[in-house]
Amino acid sequence: MCYLTSGKHMLFYTSFLVVMALMVITAPVALMFGFGGALAARSHVTPLRWLGKGYTGMVRGVPDIIFFLFVPVAMDQGLEYLRNLYKCPPSDAPIWANNEFNVCAAAKLPLSTSPQVWHEAYGFALAVIAFSIVFGAFAANVLYGAMNAVPRAQLETAEAYGMSPKQVRRRILIPQMWTYALPGLSNLWMILIKATPLLFLLGVEDIVYWARELGSTKSAIYDYPHPDWRVWYFLVLLFYYLGMTRISEIYLGRLSARLSRGQATMAGEAMRKAGA
Amino acid sequence: MSCYDIIADYGLRSLGIGERILPRSDFTLCHQFTLIGSGLIWNLYFGLLALALGFFMATSLALAKAASNPLLRKPAEWFIFVFRGSPLFIQFFLAYEALVLLPKAGIEVFGITIQTAWTTKAWAGALFVLFLNTSAYAAEIFYGALRSVPKGDLEAADAYGFTGWKKFRKVVWPTMLRLAWPAYTNEAIFLFHATTLVYFSGFPAFQQRGDALYYAKFFADKTFNPFIPYPIAAFYFVCLTLVLITIFGVINRRLNRHLPGASRPKLKVRPQLIR
Repeated sequence: MCYLTSGKHMLFYTSFLVVMALMVITAPVALMFGFGGALAARSHVTPLRWLGKGYTGMVRGVPDIIFFLFVPVAMDQGLEYLRNLYKCPPSDAPIWANNEFNVCAAAKLPLSTSPQVWHEAYGFALAVIAFSIVFGAFAANVLYGAMNAVPRAQLETAEAYGMSPKQVRRRILIPQMWTYALPGLSNLWMILIKATPLLFLLGVEDIVYWARELGSTKSAIYDYPHPDWRVWYFLVLLFYYLGMTRISEIYLGRLSARLSRGQATMAGEAMRKAGA
Repeated sequence: MSCYDIIADYGLRSLGIGERILPRSDFTLCHQFTLIGSGLIWNLYFGLLALALGFFMATSLALAKAASNPLLRKPAEWFIFVFRGSPLFIQFFLAYEALVLLPKAGIEVFGITIQTAWTTKAWAGALFVLFLNTSAYAAEIFYGALRSVPKGDLEAADAYGFTGWKKFRKVVWPTMLRLAWPAYTNEAIFLFHATTLVYFSGFPAFQQRGDALYYAKFFADKTFNPFIPYPIAAFYFVCLTLVLITIFGVINRRLNRHLPGASRPKLKVRPQLIR
């Protein structure tokens, strides 16, 4: 039993918190991205609409893993390139040459002199951004559909009352949209839970990393006192994820019941009849 | 070296045919297009086989889940819950680590030695996981469709005196497929996207024979420039998705051919399922 509370195992347990932190941070940020995307896709300004449609369309044909691999590296290089422009002494050497990405030491992010914590935090932040962009596009799809599902009559009534487009959006469209968006959004939450092990691909020391590390017979530094236990560690992860999705399912079911109350939908009508 | 030579050398590299050593320097666009395209063969292999085998498994699972006998229903429910409730990535890892633990010399069953080494190879192990995974997802779709087969259709079948297999084959199954098809198209698209996970999840790429994303990452790592290989891989997958939508659209039209024009459901591809 003492073995399971060793320092490495404590890191393993804290990595569960890292995964949860990722979900808790990503969900609202992705929702914001999604809101922006959906509103842009509905915009009357043509370039903005194209931007919104392009953003929502991008996840349809391309595997999300490509984005997870691409976005962090691209962000990192983009930032370092910008810093290179005003922090480095001007030089004629091209940035991408000899199969290397050449920026001076002062432009590196994070600086090579900064402590290890910052390197890890930076990696985690890049992961959050990658997840937010991908899931923002999914959320934009869902919200766009939900906004279109709000009965047209509701919006027309609001216009007849003399509300401005902004007021219609804020007072009528967005409050009513949620009940239509919830099935899609809860689906997204499930997908987000199941996408978190991909953190491992981004080089974050998450639960998959530790499960591989602790389960194998020897680590980089010393031998563990047990045979190959990786299969058991991954079994634990499997049960962890099953539990997470099950709990989410139960809570989202309750939330959907709460949101259907008083809505002009089939579920809302059924609740009204049951209550009466 | 012309682009034609490069295609001749690396076009089938992912299968181990042609030049053995991957390019080390002077990566041209042609190199990247050829190798990543060559990797796409594996994505197609995994996707097509898992989809084809999974289709039958999914139909059986959906029927089992809809059965009234708990001996059939419960295992199907659990199977679907486990594979839909956990990440595919973890399933790959778990399967790989479990297969590695099988005795190396093979298992003796009734005096016959069954080799086990091949199960840890990606072409078998990963295909098996993908097959089970897509079966579970498709089974849930088929189960939902099975429950929404119109009552009138079943009554009509009864009126014709259809029972058992004939009723299923002539009425229930076609209607189920028709109702499930749009969602199943989605599932097929995301199954092909999920095949890119194989070589990032424990299964080693034997002699650097990997899939499209494996080679894309190879180039990105070598050139430190992600802006060329990943968009190429993305381009291939967009093409693949468009081909899939076309094929499934044709089948969808055929499944709905008896309906009057206006009530034919159009295929609408919405990203609702990834693993």
